[in-house]
Amino acid sequence: MTSTWGSLMSRQVDIAQRLIKGIAEAATTPMRIMEVCGTHTVAIFRAGIRSLMPQGVELISGPGCPVCVTPIAEIDQAIILSGREGVILATFGDLMRVPGTKSSLQQEKGRGCAVQVVLSPLEAVKLAEANPERAVVFHAVGFETTAPAIAAAVKEAKRRRLANFYLLSSLRLIPPPLRALLASKEVKIDGLILPGHVSVIIGSRPYRFIAEEFGIPGVITGFEPVDILEGISMLFRQKKEGRAAIEIQYRRAVKEEGNSRACALMAEVFEVCDAYWRGLGEIPDSGLRLRDGFSHMDAKDVFNLPLSDGVEPQGCRCGEVLQGRIAPTDCPMFGTRCKPEAPLGACMVSSEGSCAAYYRYGGRG
Amino acid sequence: MKGERITLAHGAGGRLTQELIRGVFIPTFANEALRRMDDSAVICAEGTRLALTTDAYVVRPLRFPGGDIGRLAICGTINDLAMVGGRPLGVSASFIIEEGFPVQELERFLSSMKEAAQEGGVEVVTGDTKVVELGSADGLYITTAGVGIVPPGVHISSVAARPGDLVIVSGPMGDHEAAVLLARGEFPLQGAIASDCAPLNSLVEAMLATGSTIRTLRDPTRGGLATSLWEIAQASRVGLIIDEAMVPIRREVKALCDLLGFDPFYMASEGRLVAFVPQADAYKVLEAMQGHPLGSGAAVIGRVVAEHPGEVLLRTAIGGHRLLEPLSGEQMPRIC
Repeated sequence: MTSTWGSLMSRQVDIAQRLIKGIAEAATTPMRIMEVCGTHTVAIFRAGIRSLMPQGVELISGPGCPVCVTPIAEIDQAIILSGREGVILATFGDLMRVPGTKSSLQQEKGRGCAVQVVLSPLEAVKLAEANPERAVVFHAVGFETTAPAIAAAVKEAKRRRLANFYLLSSLRLIPPPLRALLASKEVKIDGLILPGHVSVIIGSRPYRFIAEEFGIPGVITGFEPVDILEGISMLFRQKKEGRAAIEIQYRRAVKEEGNSRACALMAEVFEVCDAYWRGLGEIPDSGLRLRDGFSHMDAKDVFNLPLSDGVEPQGCRCGEVLQGRIAPTDCPMFGTRCKPEAPLGACMVSSEGSCAAYYRYGGRG
Repeated sequence: MKGERITLAHGAGGRLTQELIRGVFIPTFANEALRRMDDSAVICAEGTRLALTTDAYVVRPLRFPGGDIGRLAICGTINDLAMVGGRPLGVSASFIIEEGFPVQELERFLSSMKEAAQEGGVEVVTGDTKVVELGSADGLYITTAGVGIVPPGVHISSVAARPGDLVIVSGPMGDHEAAVLLARGEFPLQGAIASDCAPLNSLVEAMLATGSTIRTLRDPTRGGLATSLWEIAQASRVGLIIDEAMVPIRREVKALCDLLGFDPFYMASEGRLVAFVPQADAYKVLEAMQGHPLGSGAAVIGRVVAEHPGEVLLRTAIGGHRLLEPLSGEQMPRIC
């Protein structure tokens, strides 16, 4: 029969209440904490954590939403591909409603373009195998969480000798934009809630520069309410003790050394390249592209894709939201001209987007 | 909405669906019964109040643990009648069948329909059949319509909820959609989740038999519990406060949602109802529900307030709060 939340959660609730009390006691000085990852923004809202934080604790959303940071120019490239004769554009569902310069994949699909939503990159490979007379281009969007699976799919396409499978890579790496944000000093950050799933892959070492070079504490945190509260507590404890280190709260999933097999897979298929981030601009060594042995599958080379100007829609302030410089509710378009049903920018569309999370869970500003 | 095209998101049962209905359908047909947007329309015919409803079923896959498209079609229509207190009199079923569909398969779905109709004490009394070319209709589409009688003194509608009422659900939320998602086989996941698809009219009758006032009933289908609660809050111009810890959700359903990044509050059920009952009657009704096979998991999950009309506030398990908004578009599995 059903086990309601009640019986399982009562111990969790006790722990949560204790942690909330502890945070309230520790929050004697203001603390601005950035939750990097979109999934954390959503989890924080869902658990009602924002409503429980004491005065002086500010939770800011960061750039960890892979759909939101994909430049408009690359969305336009995906749209162009979907309209090309003989091409099927395979994409994650989250990208369907993201506005490009003139249209979106969902609108193009409605007009008859070949757009196929896939739930995993392997599905795109199977789609290619099932449609040998068409070119299947998979739009690879994601961070280090997703990249290993995409690498595996690329290898599988090679193994199956598929001549019609291609990759349009918008893959990005998490540590570089964090360095860029902290170095710019535009946003005051006292602590970071570091991504849970990305860290399963890369471990805690790639974040060391945050503590060692910038003196800012970071805690790799899980997604349950108690995880997040514990993560925040650990940041406060470091601050109280005058320390700055990278700690792991999410011990049940994250090891310091990360997942070496996944990292090896990524390195086998991809090489690091410079990449443009919506809102953050060009960041060196922050993207992934196919290595030489796989470059025949690179859609950017094979399909001669123009790179549009990628001009942000008038009034859209996604860039500042992604940097944590403004809250979604500070944007004048929020809830008025920009809503999930009719979004101006990606931050309002993506399930991991800050604006969508604020709108859905926090009210209309 | 002129100049726009219909997208899949318009069919998801959330805000976009509402926009489509309010922006395109209602202005054209423009009548009071339709404007109410209750699960069934109640129309007067010479002193008797009749409930009338229709629904189309395009579920994929056609068969899933706990039911199939046939069962879904009959239960869906019986339930829409029951949600306005209507006792089902008869159901019609129209079939759009794809060329090449095996007759044996069709017969199996018809058997399911017969079984569900028997459970609901109703018959399929008329119907229609069309066959379309190979490539259309994805196998089979079924549209059902139902007519029922609303007994005198029973006035159940989405505009009737009042401050002070308690909000009761009949059992765990989201089983149906979770079962269908798994059955689609798109995720490399397995789980022991069966659809909750069932005819709710006998449960409603048991609730009414207590002599209690029932203000509002809704079966939380497309868009899930959150969307249904929001629609009622809007229609009745009241606020709701819901206690997350009290909403029953199966562990398996929560686990599936955690994996995919879905929210169980937006997952459809097809054999559950949410009831708004004045406080004085609430526990009598709850007891009657818990005594019925389809209501054994019934629980009070919240209350109606005069504050923040049109909004649903969720008190989270750890004591925080957030808004419960209606679904916008479809839920998409998260990427990262």
